Amino acid sequence: MKVIKIDKAQWTKGLDALREGYRLYGPVKEKEIACFRELADGQTPDSEIKNTRLSPKSLVFPQSEAMMAYSLDKNDDEQGICKEVPKDYSPRAVLGIRPCDAKAMVLVRMNFDNGDYRDPYWLNLYEATTFVGMACDNPCSTCFCTTAGCGPYHEEGLDLLLSDQGDHYLAKVLSDKGQALAQKAGWTTEADGQPMESGKATAEGKITAAVETDRLRALDTLALHGADFWEDISFSCINCGTCTFVCPTCWCFDIQDEVYGKKGVRMRNWDSCMFPIFTVHTTGHNPRDTKLQRLRQRFMHKLKYFVDKYDKGIMCVGCGRCVQQCPVNIDIRKVSHAMNSLDAENFCAVQGK
Amino acid sequence: MTAYTEKIREIAQRLLKECKVEMVIGFRAGTMPMMNEPCFIRKPDQADQLVWDSNCGINLANYLTNRKEGKIGIVAKGCDSRNIVNHILENKIQRDQVVVIGVPCLGMIDKRKITRETEGEILAVTETDGKVSVQTAGGETTFDKADVLQSNCRVCTHRNPVIHDEMAGDPVAEQTDVDPYADVKAIEAMSTEDKWNFFDELLSPCIRCYACRNACPLCYCPTCFVDESKPQWVGKSQDPLDIRTFHFLRAYHCAGRCTDCGACERACPVGINMRVLTKKLNKDCLEQYGWEAGLSLDSRPALDIYNPNDPDEFIK
Repeated sequence: MKVIKIDKAQWTKGLDALREGYRLYGPVKEKEIACFRELADGQTPDSEIKNTRLSPKSLVFPQSEAMMAYSLDKNDDEQGICKEVPKDYSPRAVLGIRPCDAKAMVLVRMNFDNGDYRDPYWLNLYEATTFVGMACDNPCSTCFCTTAGCGPYHEEGLDLLLSDQGDHYLAKVLSDKGQALAQKAGWTTEADGQPMESGKATAEGKITAAVETDRLRALDTLALHGADFWEDISFSCINCGTCTFVCPTCWCFDIQDEVYGKKGVRMRNWDSCMFPIFTVHTTGHNPRDTKLQRLRQRFMHKLKYFVDKYDKGIMCVGCGRCVQQCPVNIDIRKVSHAMNSLDAENFCAVQGK
Repeated sequence: MTAYTEKIREIAQRLLKECKVEMVIGFRAGTMPMMNEPCFIRKPDQADQLVWDSNCGINLANYLTNRKEGKIGIVAKGCDSRNIVNHILENKIQRDQVVVIGVPCLGMIDKRKITRETEGEILAVTETDGKVSVQTAGGETTFDKADVLQSNCRVCTHRNPVIHDEMAGDPVAEQTDVDPYADVKAIEAMSTEDKWNFFDELLSPCIRCYACRNACPLCYCPTCFVDESKPQWVGKSQDPLDIRTFHFLRAYHCAGRCTDCGACERACPVGINMRVLTKKLNKDCLEQYGWEAGLSLDSRPALDIYNPNDPDEFIK
């Protein structure tokens, strides 16, 4: 695969050239909080930022997104007709997305783009976007990507992968979209990709945190579901939406109609399996009425149901945001250990241990 | 403060051994610097899981709500104990159901402030004799604990548990030279326009995860007004008006009940100080009714009773 060298002196010049054809997004600090935002003219992505507070999933899956609009005015000929809301799907580039967040987009795509269903809102934004990754040479102590099917130089979901080499970047071109972007930016000097290979090995060696997943697929679903550790793990959970909202792979949403006067909007908003109303039926019955059931659902979905359904590993990329931000310190690394080491042979799902 | 750990373990073990309680609710060591995890133990030999240090800012009274177990031991610093009183007054738990293991508190450390004032990722934080040492890959920085206290702890005037059945240490001196409401007064002095801007700015990072509400022992409604769908009172999007409605109404629901334990602000993943809202109402309750929440089992909360001499100047 082609590797190009970008002198840092050429970097901002390249970004300026890109602005001719793309809207640029990147990590910046806003009120001390690292987040992805559209970059203003002259603004560059903040290369000091490791993992942003919230993942960049909102770039293709906004927390609140209007889908359709309608009129309720009786005098309006088009009263009651849902019409698509105009959107800007012009080309965009995300600069400095971390490999874990890009891999997460690939996992999320399995939900929004499959044989049964294609979600136009997610896909239109996704396809309009070119993802320029930044390899992680200094991962956080909470990063466990290498055991979550990902890594600090992971390439899935990226069009271009950059590696910081001091006075220059090396950029691996991973797709036609990436090639087109490099061309547009005027980054054309081919270079030897070897430093990226050694950088990858060094970076992977720095990752010390881990999830344990090797036995999950073979373990009996009901045995895991009925395991006695859930009470201990779920005790501290306050059922807020922090873990699901900061997670790059959580994709659940809720559709709402909001009406102002005679105009209405059908929109979707992020939802969270941690919220009691997530599963309330119209009858008032709630099949997941307790926090134990809700917390178990989240971990079983990520570490067991998803594994069984797709055989593509876990629904987690090891970014560590939930570990860092859970207000009561529920840690997926500990949960994966409890699940993965379940003594299933001596466990009866019906009767307990 | 860490010396309390041994004492808490000893008490918890004894209570469980003597079958005085069925479970003890406390904290165990977390997996992250400056984080402990609320936990419960049911067996005497689990008592060595329990810890106490300056990272126990989550309010454990929250874990008592509607518990049906017979007797529950619970570790409680000053504010937690006030919320236990509140819970008893509001019938969320009975007094004879709880054995309060009181912890005289010297304040919790503000993990955000320490993170802000530290260069690089924090790998470990330890505390000894009023000093907090922060280790990063680049070295060690030491803070005076007094300089890195949570802002509610800095102005706390009820550090000692107001009710207790056991004590993990001798009472500590209460702070008397603090003005708990200096921040509220500063906002009160603002012009209307400045207040709008201040609150807009304050709440703009909110992602509606409801961590503040859910970390709060007062927020135990079976269905919160923001979750109600028949009828739906509040929109669910990121509309700033709906976000404001949530925060303002929640604060009013806490009027005369809030102990300023700081769990809401501590739990917030985006660092919003929504405490300024509840504190304004605490201040009003103090000024108008001489009321501070959760200090006594013998008096009813300000909004729960009527006195002929209650202030009525607002009636025009």
